[in-house]
Amino acid sequence: MAIKGYIRERFFPHIWCPGCGHGIVLNSLLRAIEKLGMSKNEIVVVSGIGCSSRISGYVDFHTLHTIHGRALAFATGVKMSRPELNLIVPMGDGDALAIGGNHFIHSARRNIDMTAIVMNNRIYGMTGGQYSPLSGYGTLATTAPYTNIDYAFDTVELAKAAGASFVARSTTYHVQQLTKILKQAILHEGFSVVEVLSQCPTYFGRKNRKGTAADMMEFYKDNTTPVGSKAKKENPDLIERGVFVEKEMLEYCREYEKIIERAMKGRS
Amino acid sequence: MKNQNIKFIQGNEACVEGALYAGLDFFAGYPITPSTEIAELLSYRLPQKGGKFIQMEDEIASMGAIIGASLTGSKVMTATSGPGFSLMQEALGYAIMTEIPCVIVNVQRGGPSTGIPTHVSQGDVYQARWGTHGDHAIVTITASNHQDVFQTTVDAFNISETYRTPVILLYDEVIGHMREQLVLPKQGELPLVERLRTSVREGVNYHPYLPREDGRLPMSDFGGVHRYNVTGLFHDMWGFPSDNPEVVHDLIRHLVDKIRNNVNQIARFKEYYLEDAKCILISYGSSARSARHVVEYLRPRGEKLGLLELQTLWPFPHDIVNEKCVNAKHVVVVEMNMGQILREVKRAVERPERVFIANRIDGVFITPKDIRDILRVIQGKGV
Repeated sequence: MAIKGYIRERFFPHIWCPGCGHGIVLNSLLRAIEKLGMSKNEIVVVSGIGCSSRISGYVDFHTLHTIHGRALAFATGVKMSRPELNLIVPMGDGDALAIGGNHFIHSARRNIDMTAIVMNNRIYGMTGGQYSPLSGYGTLATTAPYTNIDYAFDTVELAKAAGASFVARSTTYHVQQLTKILKQAILHEGFSVVEVLSQCPTYFGRKNRKGTAADMMEFYKDNTTPVGSKAKKENPDLIERGVFVEKEMLEYCREYEKIIERAMKGRS
Repeated sequence: MKNQNIKFIQGNEACVEGALYAGLDFFAGYPITPSTEIAELLSYRLPQKGGKFIQMEDEIASMGAIIGASLTGSKVMTATSGPGFSLMQEALGYAIMTEIPCVIVNVQRGGPSTGIPTHVSQGDVYQARWGTHGDHAIVTITASNHQDVFQTTVDAFNISETYRTPVILLYDEVIGHMREQLVLPKQGELPLVERLRTSVREGVNYHPYLPREDGRLPMSDFGGVHRYNVTGLFHDMWGFPSDNPEVVHDLIRHLVDKIRNNVNQIARFKEYYLEDAKCILISYGSSARSARHVVEYLRPRGEKLGLLELQTLWPFPHDIVNEKCVNAKHVVVVEMNMGQILREVKRAVERPERVFIANRIDGVFITPKDIRDILRVIQGKGV
């Protein structure tokens, strides 16, 4: 199916600002789904609240636009009831890791089969540019007018520590890689985390003098490096991208099927 | 011979039996006193029938999970108490806004805050009504004995499916933990309302939020042939966000009216000796047990006393209360809070100055003697 076939045109134009990276993530996600040849009826997209979360409305799947931070909890209910469905959960950095941080680590710990996409623009965009748990020390935001003294989470390290069985990172500059990673993440059976560095020129960029959207994407090009590259050893400030974790682990819904088997046996 | 259908169990277990009878498929919850037995028992019982149980990381997640599961066509429930019920309020509003059937059990303990976890209270009556933000309507039901706990739990699922609304079962610690007899109805004995699914075929436009003429809203299960959007934003018949004033107005009217226009259908109550009663006690939940005891005790002693036991608390059955109390000299509301249903009764009756309260707010179950002492004062018989 052509990419256009996955879009709800009725919903357009989208709400994202000019230069926003989220449209690129949407593009990559749909290309990944197209390459996988998945049927639209088998995909459920669950999102929370924020700029990123509006992605659910634009796609012609079963779409659930929930409340701030709780997308993974809603998705857990959908997945447990209908394990054969493919769950994709796009979230913003504040949505996933501030208000939704608890659900993020616990979903990872359970290894429930779904794909969590953290669209990291390092800011709360929809409310006008407040600092997020991924803004980082020394950044500026409307709620950090002097400077931000909060350290940032490293999404990849957090997901690894919480037990996610697939962990990857890419950027809106590296669209080919992003599509490939999203494909892998969706295919992976277990909890997959994909962090996407996605520019917000309107708030993060402007406040922090990062230039235009194109400048911010160039920053991704110049300041990231493939996982385990020599460049990283020479320059530890570079951000690694690629697949960090891909391991086989017992998946939650399959394990629950075994619980049902045991419970039913005990009964007869 | 032992009758397998008679059980001697806790109220929390009676609630579980009712939920399973109603067809519960999915439960998500988080441990909290005094509701925990519901989760424990369902973790054992649900997989035996192919259902699913999950212990979530908190009550917010529990509400989210049951709403998600309900969208796939499952009958769902969660159970909690005061602090957990507070955490559930935002997602409860989401279920109201998106019209997703679900049942929430609150086995009340004393609050505010951590309060008095192992003791009884009925302090969450208003929270059940107005806990989530924004204009809305809600259904809240309670019961005073285990047979009624079973019945009202089945009712809660039926009402939830009929009106596509969350239903709150507002039990209390005494009901939850007290043991008494429950006679299990046979399958088929009580009517069950199943999910109303759309008859719109694949490829034909399905409007998930366009009510039928009778006001009901047929659903399509997530994963089925109709793909649609569900959002907590105000939305049109497609489920698409809208800030069109007409759409906003119509949706909020629909959400409130579908409950408000069916107050009498949703109203469940019991009455004892009301025909000639000069003094009417109004009570609900466990405190109705003591109120009924007082009535049964004083009737043979010549006191024209009656009891109106409310099971449906919200929408409050104002007309029914008004009608039942029209000939009463006094009305005494018996409850274990500072007067939450008292206020509704005063709003419902012709002469609010004749409405009094007999209450306890100290975590101790209200006794028949507590009520009789207050009756003496009201009737001018001294302290």
